[in-house]
Order: sequence, then structure tokens, then C-alpha cells
Amino acid sequence: MPTTRTATGKTSGWRFKTWRRTRLEWLGWLALVALTVLCWRVMTAGTIWSFVEDAPRQAADLFGRMLPPRWDYANSLWRPLWDTINMATLGTAIAIVVATSLAFLAARNTTPSMLVLRPLALFVIVASRSVNALVWGLLLVAVLGPGVLAGIIAIALRSIGFIGKLLYEAIEEIDEMQVEAIRATGASPAQVITYGIVPQILPAFATISVFRWDINIRESTVLGLVGAGGLGLALETSLNTLAWPQVSVILLMILATVVFSEWLTAKVRKGIL
Amino acid sequence: MLRIQALTKTYKNGEAALKGVSLGVEAGEIIGLIGPSGAGKSTLIRCVNRLIEPSSGRVQLGEVELTGLSGGALRRERRRIGMIFQEYALIERLTVMENVLAGRLGYTGFWNSWFRRFAAQDVQRAIALLERVGLIDHIDKRADALSGGQRQRVGIARALIQQPELLLVDEPTASLDPKTSRSVMRLLTELCIENRLAAIVNIHDVVLAQAFLPRIVGLNAGIVVYDGPASGLTAEVLTSIYGEEDWTRTAAGEGGSDDGEPLVIARMEAEQ
Repeated sequence: MPTTRTATGKTSGWRFKTWRRTRLEWLGWLALVALTVLCWRVMTAGTIWSFVEDAPRQAADLFGRMLPPRWDYANSLWRPLWDTINMATLGTAIAIVVATSLAFLAARNTTPSMLVLRPLALFVIVASRSVNALVWGLLLVAVLGPGVLAGIIAIALRSIGFIGKLLYEAIEEIDEMQVEAIRATGASPAQVITYGIVPQILPAFATISVFRWDINIRESTVLGLVGAGGLGLALETSLNTLAWPQVSVILLMILATVVFSEWLTAKVRKGIL
Repeated sequence: MLRIQALTKTYKNGEAALKGVSLGVEAGEIIGLIGPSGAGKSTLIRCVNRLIEPSSGRVQLGEVELTGLSGGALRRERRRIGMIFQEYALIERLTVMENVLAGRLGYTGFWNSWFRRFAAQDVQRAIALLERVGLIDHIDKRADALSGGQRQRVGIARALIQQPELLLVDEPTASLDPKTSRSVMRLLTELCIENRLAAIVNIHDVVLAQAFLPRIVGLNAGIVVYDGPASGLTAEVLTSIYGEEDWTRTAAGEGGSDDGEPLVIARMEAEQ
């Protein structure tokens, strides 16, 4: 970067950054610290400290009410659990189909129209990503009424953006030389995609899909809170009736499901790569 | 059989890669295209099969003018032109056999290619070609499991299964060691002679070009500065193609005289 020169024009010294740049960076750090202090003050201004001091006792009390879990309640949870898993799986499946076509429209190197379709596809992807699945659920329960269908579509709508974004980035990163080689044989555009592009993005495609399914299992357990069926619905009912021993059973069941999906995705990923 | 007339290519950024190139290649003729990096060698061969769109000029293959074609008509003519790449450009995650059969995509319908149902005679031809290039034992290996020399042989088989009339070869040996380079060049020239194939071979290595290619075309900054026999590559000609350097050890007929260069450097080159 900046070098020092002697009077004869020879390079005689070197520093990593200019003085000006060093000073600016210090100012930046100072501003960050000031902002942290300010945020802390805003946060604590509205806190009632007596409640916070009381928190450990309250937590212990709640935990005490949850124990022992009402184990026989688990028997009425199998059906909601099945709903939850179905919601995640079907939602992911729908998202995969829609997101794959969107990704090809959005990727710079495969889009048929740079001016219209690409911005449109990118907008759909961003719009889908900007809204949480829980919010999609709230909206859809209002439109479709409560039930698993609203949950499936909520999961799908959120996942389209996730899968679409990661997949179109994978498409943009492919080796163009392989595509060129297939085009040079006289292959049709559809064959160029299936031979030149698909084999290159297949590992990314599989990893992204399985990863999103794993996330969706977790999200669908919560979606019931807004009325979209599954374990979350049972959780809400139990919370509203202050049936704490049931709540603990549900929480344990969610934990077991997530651990299971984690294990399964790890297995699948290992099998693909 | 291939006629290139006043071909120019100016890229969008204003860079003129080709400034009026005219070139004729007869059936069965193999020519070496040499020139410094950025001289337009890759652009020129890609303008022939229209992977790059030329700005002006004409390219004629046999009776067909390639420069006017589009869509299906262009794809039909591309089947007559095989292409071989520097980095092999194989589909890394597919097997050797799938890669070779990809050369028949232009003759295979979409769903048949999707399910890898290639015509029986294509499969027979692929087997024969893999035997010819010495890879029949690797038929079901994935392309990314092969060595550089083996991959380039797959690339050659993929181009030849098209049963082309013309081969476009882009730096076939630039990623290979000297010994493998020579065996690949030998295979390539033999196959061209066996099948009476015309070929344009882009090549960096002047010595290798002289050893295997009878006719040399020198390109500099998008202009043909030499077109003649390999034996005509004198120090002056090489200077006009590549610029000022000490060409005494490379120029035709003068090789082997070890004046000037220290023995150590010569040894190092031999070791490489």
C-alpha cells in the first residue's frame, strides 16, 4: 500500500495502511461502542427490575409444575406428530418443484430473459424469503381457515425463497466450459441443461433440499401455534389450559423429532457427497 | 472444405479479437494455429462453430454457410464439427461412457438422452472408440476419477463419435506434462489421418506444433501473420508472431545448437 520514497525516488519503506485510514477505522470502532452503550440504556429503561430479580424463583416454580410429565398424554400426540412431519415434507416437496424452475429463471447464465423474467423471479424469491413461515401461517389461516393445508402452503411459500436463492447461486457458479462442450455437439437447449448443468448442480440441489426439510420439521412444530395444525396446536391448547405436565411432554416430543431429523439429514448428506 | 473469409470479432468491451481473418482448410488437412495469449486463437475456432458470434465475415463448411444459421439448422451443422478443449470440459460427475455418448446428443431425442437410451450403433461406436484410445477398462469410471491424459482421451472420443468432418482443438496439451502431450498429439494426428478429418489445432508449444503439424498459421493481435509449412518457422517469422525474443533454439532447422543458453537451463527443461 503506501510506500515512502527517498529524495532520489527509491522505495525505502512500507506501511500496511495510510494514517488517514487507520484514524477512520478507530472512529468506526468508537461509534460502534457508543451505539452499544446507547442500546443498552434503551433496553434497560423499560425493564421492571423486581421482575428480573424474581426470575430464577419463577422459572423454578414453572419447571416444578411441569414435572412429572404426563406420559400417557403422549398417546394422543401421535396423530399431531404425523401431521407435523407431513406438513414439513409436503411443504418442502412443493417448494422444491417451484424453486427449481424459479432458480433457472433467476440464474444469470440460464435465464431466458434478462430484462423481464430474471427480475421477476428474483422478486418472488426475495418476497418469499422476507416473510417468516409463522407470518405466512397467520395469513393463510385467515384465508384458508385453520388446518394442515394452511401449514403446508406456509412452509412451501417460505422454502421457495430459501431453495430458490441457494440453487440459483449454485447454477451461476457452474463451470461454463462443460456447457460449451455439450453445446458444441449440436445438443438441443433442453439437452444442454440436462447434460451440461444438471450433473454439476445435483450435489448442491440434494444438500439444499434435505437441509430445508430439516429446518421445516422445526418450523412446522411451531406453526400450530397460529392454528395450522400439528404438534404446535396441541402445544397451544395445553398452554392455554395451563396443563404444564402436558407441555413438558410436547416439548420433549419436539426435541426427539428434531434430533431424529438431524440424524436423518446427516445420513442422507453423507450418502450423496 | 472450410472457408473463413474476412472474419472479425469485436467484443462488447470494444476489444477487437479478430481483425479480418481469412483461412482455408482442405479435407483431411491438419493445421496448427499458433500465437501469443490473447491473439484470438480461441475466438477464431469458437467463431467457426458459433459458440462465439462473429461480428462480420463468412464461415463456410463444405457447401453450407454457417454464419447465417440459427436454431435447429445451426445445431445440425454443429454435429459435423467436433471440439476438443484445453481443460477437457468433460462432465465431471458422469461416467466415461456417458461422456463419450454425449457426443451423439445431436442425433438423440430428449427423452432418450434423459434415460441414456442411445442407439445401439452409437454404443458400439463408443466401445470401439474407447478401445482405440485405450480406455475400455475405465468405461464406468466417473470422469473426475481419471488422470489428465485419460480425460483428454475421453474428450477426443467424445469429439470423434460425432463422426465429424472437422475437428476444432483448443490447446489440447496445455494442461498435460510433456510426455502425455506428445502421446495425445500423436493420437490426435493419427485419428485425423485414419478418418480423413480436417482439424484446426490451437497450440502454445511451438516445438510440439512443428513436430506434429505440417501446416502452421501464426496469429498475432487478430491478424494472420504467417501461413505456411512448419519448416518455414524461422526466427524472423517467430518474432513476427510472438514478438522479440531469442528464438535460435526454437526456430526450424536451428534447434539443438546449444550456444548461448547455459547447460543448467537446458537440463531443467529436459527434467520438466
